[in-house]
Amino acid sequence: MMDNQTAPDNGHEIVRLENAWKTYQMGTEEVHALAGVNVTFGKGDFWAIMGPSGSGKSTMMNILGCLDRLTSGSYYLDGKDVSKLDDDSLSELRLRYLGFIFQSFNLIPQLSVQRNIELPLYYLGWDAVRSAQRARELGEQVGLGDRLNHRPTELSGGQMQRTAIARALANDPQVIFADEPTGNLDSATGVQIMEMLIKLNKLGKTIVMVTHEPDIAAYAHSRLHMKDGNIDRIEGIHASNENSQKHRTGHREPAAS
Amino acid sequence: MRQTRIARNIALGIENLLLHKLRSFLTMLGVVFGVGSVVAMLSVGEGASQEALAQIRKLGSNNIIVSSVKSAEEQQTSTTHSHMSIYGLTYADHRRISQSFANIRQTAPAKLMRKESRLGERAMELRVVGTTPEWFRLVPREFVAGRIIAQGDLDGRAPVAVLTEFGARKLLATEGSVGQTLRIGGDEFEVIGIIRSESGQAGNIQIPDQEIDVYIPLDVARTYFGDIFFKRTSGSDEREKVELHQIIVQVDDPKNAEAVAAGIERMLGLFHKKKDYALSVPLALLKQAEATKRTFNIVLGSIAGISLLVGGIGIMNIMLASVTERTREIGIRRAIGAKRRQIVYQFLIETVVLSMFGGMIGLGLGVLIPLLITHFSGMATVVTVNGILLPLFISMAIGILFGIYPAMNAARVDPIVALRHE
Repeated sequence: MMDNQTAPDNGHEIVRLENAWKTYQMGTEEVHALAGVNVTFGKGDFWAIMGPSGSGKSTMMNILGCLDRLTSGSYYLDGKDVSKLDDDSLSELRLRYLGFIFQSFNLIPQLSVQRNIELPLYYLGWDAVRSAQRARELGEQVGLGDRLNHRPTELSGGQMQRTAIARALANDPQVIFADEPTGNLDSATGVQIMEMLIKLNKLGKTIVMVTHEPDIAAYAHSRLHMKDGNIDRIEGIHASNENSQKHRTGHREPAAS
Repeated sequence: MRQTRIARNIALGIENLLLHKLRSFLTMLGVVFGVGSVVAMLSVGEGASQEALAQIRKLGSNNIIVSSVKSAEEQQTSTTHSHMSIYGLTYADHRRISQSFANIRQTAPAKLMRKESRLGERAMELRVVGTTPEWFRLVPREFVAGRIIAQGDLDGRAPVAVLTEFGARKLLATEGSVGQTLRIGGDEFEVIGIIRSESGQAGNIQIPDQEIDVYIPLDVARTYFGDIFFKRTSGSDEREKVELHQIIVQVDDPKNAEAVAAGIERMLGLFHKKKDYALSVPLALLKQAEATKRTFNIVLGSIAGISLLVGGIGIMNIMLASVTERTREIGIRRAIGAKRRQIVYQFLIETVVLSMFGGMIGLGLGVLIPLLITHFSGMATVVTVNGILLPLFISMAIGILFGIYPAMNAARVDPIVALRHE
């Protein structure tokens, strides 16, 4: 583990956790939100992370989304160890390589649909004309071409989530993280959103989704079930891959890290 | 490129502030009044001091004025019974002063007395100033008509007189009066010119000329009127012998004024038994007035500064509330990839825009108030460039100073927590 795994072994993986620990101090007690997780996601995969609340799936999402840092262990994003990066570098990674979709959409209510979509481009330093152009294209792509000047509050849930998807696509990300993307939507709208995600996946985007609904998780190629801060089991087309084997080694004592 | 980026950031800041128009306006109000009062106070202070300075400048910053005063003990004795008091500057003093100092450019002696004067049908009491042509160079005044006293008038003991405009008007003298005969006391003088006059106090000394002056050659005054003056005070006759009432000394450079004044004082001390003379150096007064002005401005400025401080605290307060309210927005921006310093920048720009804009409105207010003061009270007010730039600079500084803490708070927001924030 020390010597032979410092670099990714192939060009197909995008995300890899090695003996990943995330520990919170709750008073005098230590809580392990992640307890030595080993997992690899390939480029172009569509994963669903499932599990009961407290299983560590949100923590997993935050770590993978570069919103949080591991207590110990390594996280390789596209072959690069990002677990020791500082706050600015993580922001830079989110800005350039990652896209986010949230359960509660997380649009900025004061800004128009177009301005919300433009937001990542603003931080990427695009000029106003190019940003507007790109935002319009993305808006049309998600079927909101006629809603660009509306405020998010004037939209339906599905429209808001489609705005969020357009925003997540603005920086042409490598990985899209979706945190309960259909959680606030009725089932028909939820299906529309899932179909949109499948389409994006077909276009080559890696998608990592957190959900507790089995029928939503069914859209993903692979399902990763978490329990007590570690991987419980893996289903789907990647079930036979190295993850299940790593999963067993992941149960070693932390002394190994 | 960089400039357009800054412009865009500012535009976004303004956009954001416009989302909460009333709140932004109320937040700004503190700075508006703060800057307004600073500008107004400074211009009122500046106006008052410039008025004083202008008065003092009329005395000439190169000049030293030596005047005769009755010494304290002389004043005591003179009230008891009628006797002749002899005091003051002498012709010899004038000669010695003008010959002894290398740094003195010229001197003008003056003999002052009040005499009933008559021009044609009109009569009034004028202040007769017996002096030399130097007077007109040391107390430069505009010409209205005719000419001033020349050296030839002194040498030839010519009975000529130069009227001042005010006195001339009272006597109904016009340009055509040049060449007419003016009776001063019992003697006849030819009016050779009319000049403008200034009047008033400068600091605590009288400026050399008065508006009822009539100027005659010193030698003429001496031969016609002598050195002894009668004063009638409460029944007792009083006699004074004063040769010269005033000597105005002009030095070559203002920086020598005080040294020469000290030299003159020392020299007079050698020849006068009593201290029957006084020196005043307008430059020293000028310096003193400027020091007073500075103190005045500092006091006024700090009072107004307190209101600016209150305005700044108001901004900070609102911005802190705004950061809390916009925690979720900050979280979203951070998740998307905004760096901490970009969040700091965003909030800082909003505060600076707010305070600068408030500063600009305040500036308008601060310029308007002095105009109204001048209009309604006649008090002089002066808005200086500093008086404008300083408050603007201060309002920007306030924006940064009081904006930095809320902005840092905003940047400290943890995106994970903020995204869950409702």
